[in-house]
Amino acid sequence: MSNKSIKSILLLIIAMAVVISGCTSHEQMSQKDKQSILINGSTSVQPLVEELAAAYKEINPYATIDIQSGGSGVGIKSAIDGVVDIGMSSRELKTDEKILKEFRIATDGIAVILNSQNPVNDLTLEQLRKIYAGEITNWKEVGGNDGAITVVTREEGSGTRGAFMELIGLEMLSSLAITQGSTGAVMTTVTSDANSIGYASYGSVKDNTDLKVISIDGTICNEENIHAGKYKISRPFLMVTKDEPTGLAKDFIDFILSDEGQQIVEENNYLKIKR
Amino acid sequence: MRLGEKITVKLLLACAGISILGIVLIAVFIFKEGWSIIGKTGIIDFLFGDQWAPTNGIYGIFPMILGSIYVTIGALIIGVPIGVGCAIYLAEIAPSRLSAIIKLGVEILAGIPSVIYGLYGMTTIVPIIRNIFNNQGFSILAGSIVLGIMILPTIINISKDSIEAVPKEYKEGSLALGSSHWQAIIKVILPAARSGIVASIMLGMGRAVGETMAVIMITGNSTLIPESILSPVRTLTGNIGIEMGYASGEHQKALFATGIVLFVFIMILNLMAKLMPNKVGE
Repeated sequence: MSNKSIKSILLLIIAMAVVISGCTSHEQMSQKDKQSILINGSTSVQPLVEELAAAYKEINPYATIDIQSGGSGVGIKSAIDGVVDIGMSSRELKTDEKILKEFRIATDGIAVILNSQNPVNDLTLEQLRKIYAGEITNWKEVGGNDGAITVVTREEGSGTRGAFMELIGLEMLSSLAITQGSTGAVMTTVTSDANSIGYASYGSVKDNTDLKVISIDGTICNEENIHAGKYKISRPFLMVTKDEPTGLAKDFIDFILSDEGQQIVEENNYLKIKR
Repeated sequence: MRLGEKITVKLLLACAGISILGIVLIAVFIFKEGWSIIGKTGIIDFLFGDQWAPTNGIYGIFPMILGSIYVTIGALIIGVPIGVGCAIYLAEIAPSRLSAIIKLGVEILAGIPSVIYGLYGMTTIVPIIRNIFNNQGFSILAGSIVLGIMILPTIINISKDSIEAVPKEYKEGSLALGSSHWQAIIKVILPAARSGIVASIMLGMGRAVGETMAVIMITGNSTLIPESILSPVRTLTGNIGIEMGYASGEHQKALFATGIVLFVFIMILNLMAKLMPNKVGE
């Protein structure tokens, strides 16, 4: 390779790089006048909304839907401040937050699961809280066999864990609890340990025959009771906006509430909204 | 061509530079992200605080430090005797056909991804422990067993190489003076190979401390200070691995701070390995 050919190859590479980067920014600039919205909020709702956005983009390819997280609190506050077009929340709005327009897109029940060999079929909310706080430590205290309770939980930061703790009124979880990183891992643990108790999204466990879903305060965990609000441990998935949504935001929310959108909700193991 | 050579040299220098750049960037990034939390919580409270509750703003990683230490020591207790024993067997005693089969087994062991170890641990070892001891199964013991198996290939290969690297004259001299084969191994060959065997143990320790996936699946990830070998435990790597997915803001910074502590751990281990005497009889 001569001096000259090395230099000319390098020059060619640099030139190509410049041209290609120029092309990309050109495309982005012409896209600016297309529609785009910003969504943020609950980490529990986020995966579902990302699926819905991907499906929505198939019918409207020019839409840009930017989805970020931050938690339900952040989503609600951002919507109130008008910083985002839509906020995602996995809890009901408080009274002073009701100035927002809210659209329920799905319901998520959190089932309490036991090993199928465990004779216990029901727990009161109080007992459930005490078990997870580490105050009740043996199954015989709640009417089961004599055995130390293995408490299984999700990791800190998990939306399911946050919702579960809030809904049963627990501040600090027992530090003896076994932490697993996913719904699947929780289910596997409960299936193999006869003395364990765990919680997971209802949609993920409803068809599982190796586990037992128990009732809470006498209310069975099923679609009907979750919809009616009788099953206490459930949370709504909400999209909230500052004013009545228009343009792309309205179109996207309409899509989510349509049959097609609700189909995707169900495929992701959440409960559709009742019409 | 002179120019061609020069360019090659510069390219190789660039490669070396990129490798160093990689570690420097990682270190700088981790320290930058995590330092503010250590400053906020206070380094004593962070390192020795025994409560980890990010949702309530409490960051104390002492249980995790203990968890990493216990699980690693346990792994070494299992891995070192078996590993060094196997290395001696392969280097000195085994007939060549058996040796080939064992070597193949060790190679395959080395190639198994850590998540498979975790899966095996979770579905086989944890239930066995659960049945024998009538507890939750996830424990330091489970972690030590699986990690012990994981570090075997490292210890076996490097120990074997260093035993084989001992000059034959040492062994021949010992045998000529009337020692048995076994005496030759214990009194002459092993001490001569000592630095290599220690290096292999250090490397194995490094692997055990850094293992994340398998450990998350079998130790139970509880945040309390472990009371016995049967207690569930969380390691430093497990702490980062299990919570990074959902963490944001201060929580995420606290995980980076855990990364800083891990970094320092590994630096100390590497330093200790470097300081080990190189030659026999020092």
